Order: sequence, then structure tokens, then C-alpha cells
Amino acid sequence: MRQPTSKNQACNFRPGQMIKGRWHGNQYQIVRLLGEGAIGKVYLANRTGQPVAMKVARESMSVSSEVRALRQISKVRGVSLGPFFVDMDDLEGAHGSTSFYVMEYIDGEPFLSFINKRGKEWMALFLIQLLTDLSALHESGWVFGDLKPENLIVTQKTPSLRWIDVGGMTKMGRSIKEYTEFFDRGYWGLGDRKAEPSYDLFAVAMLIMNVGYPKRFQRINGGKKELLDKLKHQPSLSPYRDVIVKAIEHRYDDASQMKVDLMKVMKKKLTVSTPEKMHVRMKPTHKKRAHKRVSNVRMERKYKGTLETAVFSSFLLFLYILYLLG
Amino acid sequence: MNKATIRQILLITDGCSNAGEDPVAMAGLAKEEGFSVNVIGIMDEGDEDERGMTEVEQIAKAGGGMSDVVYAKHLSHTVQMVTRKAMTQTIYGVVNREIQQILGANRQVEDLEPEKREELMEVVDELGETANLDILILVDTSASMKNKIPRVQEALLDLSLSLRSRSGENHFCLYSFPGKREEVERLLSWTPEMDSLKGAFKKLSSSGVTPTGPAIMEAIRVHSKRMKRGFTGDETAYFEESGM
Repeated sequence: MRQPTSKNQACNFRPGQMIKGRWHGNQYQIVRLLGEGAIGKVYLANRTGQPVAMKVARESMSVSSEVRALRQISKVRGVSLGPFFVDMDDLEGAHGSTSFYVMEYIDGEPFLSFINKRGKEWMALFLIQLLTDLSALHESGWVFGDLKPENLIVTQKTPSLRWIDVGGMTKMGRSIKEYTEFFDRGYWGLGDRKAEPSYDLFAVAMLIMNVGYPKRFQRINGGKKELLDKLKHQPSLSPYRDVIVKAIEHRYDDASQMKVDLMKVMKKKLTVSTPEKMHVRMKPTHKKRAHKRVSNVRMERKYKGTLETAVFSSFLLFLYILYLLG
Repeated sequence: MNKATIRQILLITDGCSNAGEDPVAMAGLAKEEGFSVNVIGIMDEGDEDERGMTEVEQIAKAGGGMSDVVYAKHLSHTVQMVTRKAMTQTIYGVVNREIQQILGANRQVEDLEPEKREELMEVVDELGETANLDILILVDTSASMKNKIPRVQEALLDLSLSLRSRSGENHFCLYSFPGKREEVERLLSWTPEMDSLKGAFKKLSSSGVTPTGPAIMEAIRVHSKRMKRGFTGDETAYFEESGM
């Protein structure tokens, strides 16, 4: 969006510049520009030696509204997807005051490139994690809105999914604040833009489509058939077909239903690649006992030392993480 | 319950006006009358017309609205973003004026502590969701726009989808310029059903003139007429209360 030039310049900080907030008096040193979005720019900055991410907006109202969303996420129990909120303040400058907020700096790799490098099997794991958190978010009365790979980052050490942009977060029942066409059911002519769980779940389905079609695809006329055709023409998506179809038909009322179905898909894939045994492992009951089995099996298989074992145990690791996620 | 009504003029054009009054001046007039003017400029790929795009920005600035310049294929998303942002901006402007009255002339929302502003944003969001919206759409249908009209139609349908997802009421009307006989022609009178614009673009005239100024003037007249008929106006320009 075009803004008056003076406002644009107010968002420009240079590396090394010191920023001191007018209200809370905290000092930050700009390290470098991380990215640019619809409402402003994000910088990597230092706060007493700690790396933080600083978002500078053209309008102070965008800052207020995003900070509200960040605070909301941190209130949701067990959800660690979003960055932690650190500070919010104004900088007094020649062009008047500029609003900014500071949050945890999440270092990692973008969702799609991580999956491309490490393998598609990671996708299901991350999506299950994502759906767990979406379910909690929805329960708290909010919808994520602008769900897309660019807003998802995989952290380095223990690969887990975090989201980095909460600009689309919308209170349940209102109209979606921000969206990206490919992931928007309205764009495909398959629903409205009311904030409800099924809006996010449609976007999750399109996230899977995006993994199958890394360059995405253009809409021709929209409609369900167009998406189903795309689904048919990408064999790697076939295991997820039913889940995707259910999500684009809004047949999931909440994220946990979709999660259950995705877990079934994973289970099936595991059964196919390694016959016997997998059924026992995936039984959702007796969580603790299942845990033990997982590690036992891992021990047994190690002796065989085949390549298959390596692949297999990495799957088991996912399952383990899954159980941890509960 | 008292409900606020936000009144907007949405202008979609691809270039410079060349007939009638100066559109920038007319936009200023619209602002005075209480209507914000938002402008979307459509560019042809590889042909960025600087002069036309400057005019787009100037009209919006004078009209107290938002503007953006995009390629035709990005029109849908932009139209809904601009409309949404402009609504928030209008409400924010009203809230800001209220705050000035409470806190004194030189103080604004920005002079509130960041935490207080957050609470205020919640109020702004809530109003944006529930307010009624009257939006008069002005589409440039001069010769160079001819191949972009399908995109415009698509974008307007998409806009109506977004607006219908709000809980407030929406009313649209649609005018094109130049018209067949006059400078401005009505394609659709006030309606909550945007779907009726399908087909409204069928019978268009092609002409080289682009009377943007007169089009905005007509928009002011139409808006004012509706405002007088349907509502008891009060002194708050953008925003008025009607007993409902």
C-alpha cells in the first residue's frame, strides 16, 4: 500500500542505530533488516546483548493491534507457536513518533525449504503440531487468519514449528483481517471470510497442497473441482487426499478432528513402509505403554543396522515427539 | 441500538483524468462533505505511467482515503485491503478527534501510553466490524480500461465477499465514467446485493475521455442525497448516529 513518503522513511533504521523507547526507556541496537511486510519492517536488534526482533510500523494502530494478538497467544495455555512479546514503545524522531514492538527472535528455516531439504515426512509431523496449537487457539476464541508457509518457521536445534507473523489473527466471528489468496477459501470461491475454525483448516489443507506444488498454481475459475484436479495430478499428495477434501468442504468443525485424520494418514504410511508391528505402536490408548514399546522396538531394530532402520527410527522419533505433544 | 455508518467512495482507474474539474479538488470537497475517497490505480505490466499514478495518490490524499497502484491480476486483494484499511482509518480518525476533545487540542492517540492504545484498538476493531458501510464505486471505463473490466468485476465481487463476512450492513452502488450520454452513468443503484453487478458492465461505451473530477462530483451528490434521505445527519462528519 502506498503511504506518504515521510511515514515510509520513519520505518527505515540503519544497522548500528540505537533506538530508545519514549515510554519504557529500553534501548535497542539495530543489527540488520530481517524482512518487510504489509504494515512495516522487521529488524534484528540487540537488547542488552540478547537478540530480539523489532517490528516497526507505519501506523501505530497496526502495532497496537498486533501486540494485542501476541498477548492473546501467550495467554493460550500450552501454545508456544508464536513469538514471546517483549516490549512496545514509540521512538521520537524528526517525522513525529514511530511505533514499534519487540518480540522474541525466532531463528530457523522457512517451513517449505526445511521440508524440501529434510523430507516430506516432516510435513505431517509439523502439521499435527500446528493443528494441536490451532485447536487451543480456537478454543480461546481466536482464529489465526493468514496461515501460509512464509509465516511458519522451523527452529534449528530440535525441529519444531513456530509462527512469526500474527497480523492476521482475528477474533472468532469477525471478518478475517489479513489473508493470502492461495490459502484463502474466499479466493477459491469455497466459502466466506468469517473468522471460524474451518477458515484456518482450509488454509492448512492448502499448506499441504503447497508442499506438493512448491510454486503454487493460478486460479482459473475457482471452485472445488479445480482443486481436486490439482490434487489428482500430484501423486505425492495422494495419501492426504481425504484430509484435504474434508478440509476444503468444511467438514472439520475443529482442528483436533483434522489432527486425528492426519495421524491416521501417518499411521497408514508407516504400515506401508514397515509391515507388522506399527498398529500396536499407534493405538492412541495407553499412552505410556505405547511409549515404552516405541523405544523397545527402536532397540531391537538397531541390531539389524539397515538403511531402513534409520528411516524407520526417525519415524519413531516423530511418534515420540507426538506423544510428548499429547 | 445506535449504529455508525461509514461512507466511502471507491475509485478504480488506470490513468489520468482529461476532462472536467480537477479530481484532486473534488476529492477534497468529498472529504469536507464527510466521504473518504479511496483510489485504486491499475497499471499495465511494463508500462508504469508515473503521471497517472501520482494523480491516484493525490486524489486519495485530498480525499482523506487510501490508495494503491497494482497490476490488474492483483486487483481483488488490493481492493479489499484498501477498503478495510480505509474503514479502520476513518474510525481511528473519529476516535482520535474524540480523544483530542477529552485531552486537549494538541494531544492524540499517539500521546496515550502504548497499553491504553491497545484497549482503544479493540474498540476501533469492534466498530469496524459492526458499523454500516455505504460504498459508492466509481469505475473508469474509458477505452484503455476495456480489457481490465473483467478483473474489476471479479475484484468487486471479492470485495462483497469480504464485506459480507462482517456483521455490519453493507450497501453498494456502482457508477461508470464516461457514460453513454453523460459524463457519469449509473450502472447500479444502492443495494445490499453486490452479486447484482454481474452483467452490469455489459453495455459499456468506449471513449477516450476520462472525466474523473465530474465523476467524483456526482458521487458526492449521490452520497449526500442518500444521507439526507435515510439518516438524520449530525456534526460528526464521517460518522453519524442514527436511531435504530
